[in-house]
Amino acid sequence: MSQKYRLNNIGYINRNKKISFSFNKKRYFGYEGDTLASALLANGVHLVGRSFKYHRPRGFLGSGVDEPNAKVQLNKGPKTEPNISATEIELVEGLEATSQNCWPSVFFDIGAINNFLNKFFPAGFYYKTFMWPKNFWYRIYEPIIRKAAGLGVAPLKPDPDRYEHKYEHCDVLVVGSGPSGLASSLAAAKNGAKVILAEDKPRFGGSLLVDEVTIGNKKGKEWSDEVITELKSMPNVIVKNRSQVFGYYDHNMMVMFERVKDHLQNPKKYTPRQRLWYIRAKETIICTGSIERPLVFGNNDRPGIMLASAAKEYIKLYGVLIGKKPIIFTNNDSAYDTAIEFKKNGVSPLIIDTRKEVNNPIIKEAISLNIEIKFNHGIANTKGYRKIKSAIIGNFNDDKSGYENLKEISCDCICVSGSWTPTVHLSSQSGNKLKYNENVDAFIPHQSRQNETTLGSAKGTFTLKKVLDDGFKEGFQLSNKITNKNVEIKVPNSNEKNYKEHEKLWCMPLPKNKEYKRFVDFQNDVAVSDIELALREGFRSIEHVKRYTTLGMATDQGKTSNLNGLQLVSNIEKKVVPEVGHTTFRPPYTSVTIGTIVGREVGKHYRPTRKSPMHEWHKKNNAIFVDAGLWLRPRYYKKNNENLLQASIREAANVRKNVGVCDVTSLGKIDIKGPDSAELLNRVYTNAWLKLPIGKSRYGVMLREDGIVFDDGTTTRISENHFHMTTTTAQAVNVLSHLEYYLQVVWPELDVNVISSTEEWAGAAIAGPNSRNLLGRLFPNIDVSNDKLPFMGYKEADLFGVPSRIFRISFSGELAYEINVGSSYGNFMWEKIIELGKDLKIQPYGTEALSTLRIEMGHVAGSEIDGRVIASDLSLDGMLSKKKDFVGKRSLNREAFLNTKREKIVGLVPLDKKSMIPEGSHLVENYKAPLPNPKLGHVSASCWSVEYDNPFSLAILKDGKNMIGKNLYAVSPLKNTNIEVEVVSSHYVDPKGERVRS
Amino acid sequence: MLEIKCPYCGKRSQIEFSYGGDAKLERPKLGTEVSDSEWNEFVYYRNNPRGEHLELWHHISGCRQWFKVFRNTATHEILSTSKIDEKIK
Ligand SMILES: [Zn+2]
Repeated sequence: MSQKYRLNNIGYINRNKKISFSFNKKRYFGYEGDTLASALLANGVHLVGRSFKYHRPRGFLGSGVDEPNAKVQLNKGPKTEPNISATEIELVEGLEATSQNCWPSVFFDIGAINNFLNKFFPAGFYYKTFMWPKNFWYRIYEPIIRKAAGLGVAPLKPDPDRYEHKYEHCDVLVVGSGPSGLASSLAAAKNGAKVILAEDKPRFGGSLLVDEVTIGNKKGKEWSDEVITELKSMPNVIVKNRSQVFGYYDHNMMVMFERVKDHLQNPKKYTPRQRLWYIRAKETIICTGSIERPLVFGNNDRPGIMLASAAKEYIKLYGVLIGKKPIIFTNNDSAYDTAIEFKKNGVSPLIIDTRKEVNNPIIKEAISLNIEIKFNHGIANTKGYRKIKSAIIGNFNDDKSGYENLKEISCDCICVSGSWTPTVHLSSQSGNKLKYNENVDAFIPHQSRQNETTLGSAKGTFTLKKVLDDGFKEGFQLSNKITNKNVEIKVPNSNEKNYKEHEKLWCMPLPKNKEYKRFVDFQNDVAVSDIELALREGFRSIEHVKRYTTLGMATDQGKTSNLNGLQLVSNIEKKVVPEVGHTTFRPPYTSVTIGTIVGREVGKHYRPTRKSPMHEWHKKNNAIFVDAGLWLRPRYYKKNNENLLQASIREAANVRKNVGVCDVTSLGKIDIKGPDSAELLNRVYTNAWLKLPIGKSRYGVMLREDGIVFDDGTTTRISENHFHMTTTTAQAVNVLSHLEYYLQVVWPELDVNVISSTEEWAGAAIAGPNSRNLLGRLFPNIDVSNDKLPFMGYKEADLFGVPSRIFRISFSGELAYEINVGSSYGNFMWEKIIELGKDLKIQPYGTEALSTLRIEMGHVAGSEIDGRVIASDLSLDGMLSKKKDFVGKRSLNREAFLNTKREKIVGLVPLDKKSMIPEGSHLVENYKAPLPNPKLGHVSASCWSVEYDNPFSLAILKDGKNMIGKNLYAVSPLKNTNIEVEVVSSHYVDPKGERVRS
Repeated sequence: MLEIKCPYCGKRSQIEFSYGGDAKLERPKLGTEVSDSEWNEFVYYRNNPRGEHLELWHHISGCRQWFKVFRNTATHEILSTSKIDEKIK
């Protein structure tokens, strides 16, 4: 198949490398170096999609990031990606793209009926039309709108690609590699600065790729190539193409999106698809250039109507003619270049210039090439449904409010130009206050708030000579501030065409009695009439007009529509544009994939995993793990076909009967040292600590300043000025911060140091009636009798040569000890325990059995200490010292906390002694009562009591202590259960605590 | 993302720090009489100024020191940082 629109001697594509691809299931070919857009245009394909609201046929408007129309769905299956600009997709072998927002096909789209019903779809139509009846929105309107509108389709499966994040610091970040960017990068780099140059396109050079200019007596592109080669050879410079700086954040932090893989023909297996860069730059130079502004006229959205600069780029970069019968429609000089390019490549264009006869040099050049020009003319309307066929043009009347002598001229494309809009997005994001410039007729950066400098056409500078002067000067000066070096390079001489001013006319009048749609925002189908309507209805603020009409709110963020919209509002309101103001520029400048933002933080990489030193042993012994914060802990050790409940009952029962061992390494540990250590504990815990003897542990409760229980745990006095604190696994980090806060900020006079020692120690709890016997075997050299190592006692000892700490503390309510050894000896300790405990019938137990044991003992844990309870709710009143002050004490006499009918911890047993009560169930008096059924409390933790062989739960119940003996219902609408329960004491097993002291 | 100069470690990105609220807040001394309204102010009431704010930050992923940051809440400009016992410059 030949390419009708491809030229054979121009452009930077590789004609030796054909690439085949498909669009809407039809096969085409292009060349290496093409974009999907240039390859489609080479094949004469203009119709690529349908518009959002009216489903009108649409083609390409631009050639880069500004493209509002040509959004396609890329690839299939889990790699599919919606809303990608065809103008930015680099062609690779086998690429598959389809149109979106059309059904059943782009040629025949049922939604296009909206186009004929457009009287019903004015600005704000969502707000007006679908307001009532209210419940119609969910049932009828919303589903239909969803199907008819919407852009592409999101993938349904996880993304198989890999994405990465990278952090970088530099002296000078230069965004954009046009003449400003190259000049300033080179100047800064030569002066010793660490420079990053970022270009969003595959090719460096920006406007130098397409403009007929010379620098240092070389063609623009040649000079650009040389500078890039030189920069790449310098060790202090990072040069990146395919890299879009899309966000400018606080303290000169830039975020950049690099396309790494998609353009590669044969990527390596582990090449990331995209990479997100966080760049902290001392200085940022923004050289983002400018985007051509379209003109607004009747039916100006037909496929084949394109920006003049884009048409020129398709010729000069890709050797593609967008048509063979072009009309150039302009209010300025720059579009003449496009006409001249057509002419040079054998196609005769017609120029329609809104200006009265002008006599600029470029116009003389056009005339000398025999290009036909119609001055003082405008395009009133166009014809052609799927592709432009003709334009209705006319001579303007005196005040340009209408036309004389309308006539139809056939054409196959229209190249429009309404002068240039500086790309100020990043500058504005940096906090730069923009100012309207009357010469450029656009907002340009005015006052920097961060270390930001905007240069080149992004600042409204359109002559190459000035651009180069500024670039070299700023590159030197900004780097000089950082490096203190004085290596300055000479600005090369340059040669360029001279353009004169544009006419301040963008919106063409309608012919008498005609109501053609004149589009301002192509992607969101916002026309002149919508903006007029919004203003008639009283919307004045540009931010309100934007939201009401959706002007500039599509995925292209109004890159081509914002200024035309502002101009219209200012014309109608009889204000000047600066008074209307501009809407806010927000990151990202272009669309960024979610995958890139997430990076490698997916699945198990989402957060670190903490494993105990005994992890491998657990794995080998069939442990089923559970996440406990960042920790992986054995939940139970599976035997044969046991389920969770069966295994946890077996493990817990073995603790009660023989002895069990549990990995408690994850418990938070804080080492506390210093002469005021006891004083610190006395202030942060609710009970007394000053007189705790050396070699003793004590249970403590901490409050927040608002009186709510914060954490609990045991702390041991190792020596006079040295304590070992334990916290719950979940609060370990917060307790450390809490202690540091009080020590550093509130009581700096206390001489204490705290440090986390959680990972220094491996911990094993041995619990059960045989645990003393086992301890004796592990430490044959010490006396482990009840007298010498009583409940809450502490000893340091030697475990076959390994220094160990033994704490006689118990979470299970049984006779129990916790042994700590240095982490690297954890496995040794564990295996010794298992080995020496064998004939004592030792079994390891997991967190589920641990919970069972603590629940039936009535010990509280995280499910009760849930950030809503005070000590007395947990029956921990006895822990509150009356003799001293402590953190949070002053809050305890709040009225609500003194209420005697507050919720209290209780136990629950189902009357049938069989039904497990779902955690989270609500307690009510009568489950059949009409709603809202008063809730008396909730079930915080449930287990199967191994002591009594029936279910048992802990609950927080209103006026709990007085409810003991009463029957209630535990209802769980989630599990669809209503279980009749008896309220009992929370201390279900061994209420006097005899076992732990035995 | 802010760049915060820890007085002990130097400039680091915001992800290394956690915010600790108003640095002018003073906890009533332990063991002293505190009226309900004073205590209420201390536990619950905070200023939320638009503009300059002296606040505490904690270098949790660094030296673990609490320190003071004098910051403009509207512009995020950090005017100065100092150790807890230093006067703000
Ligand atoms: Zn620090």
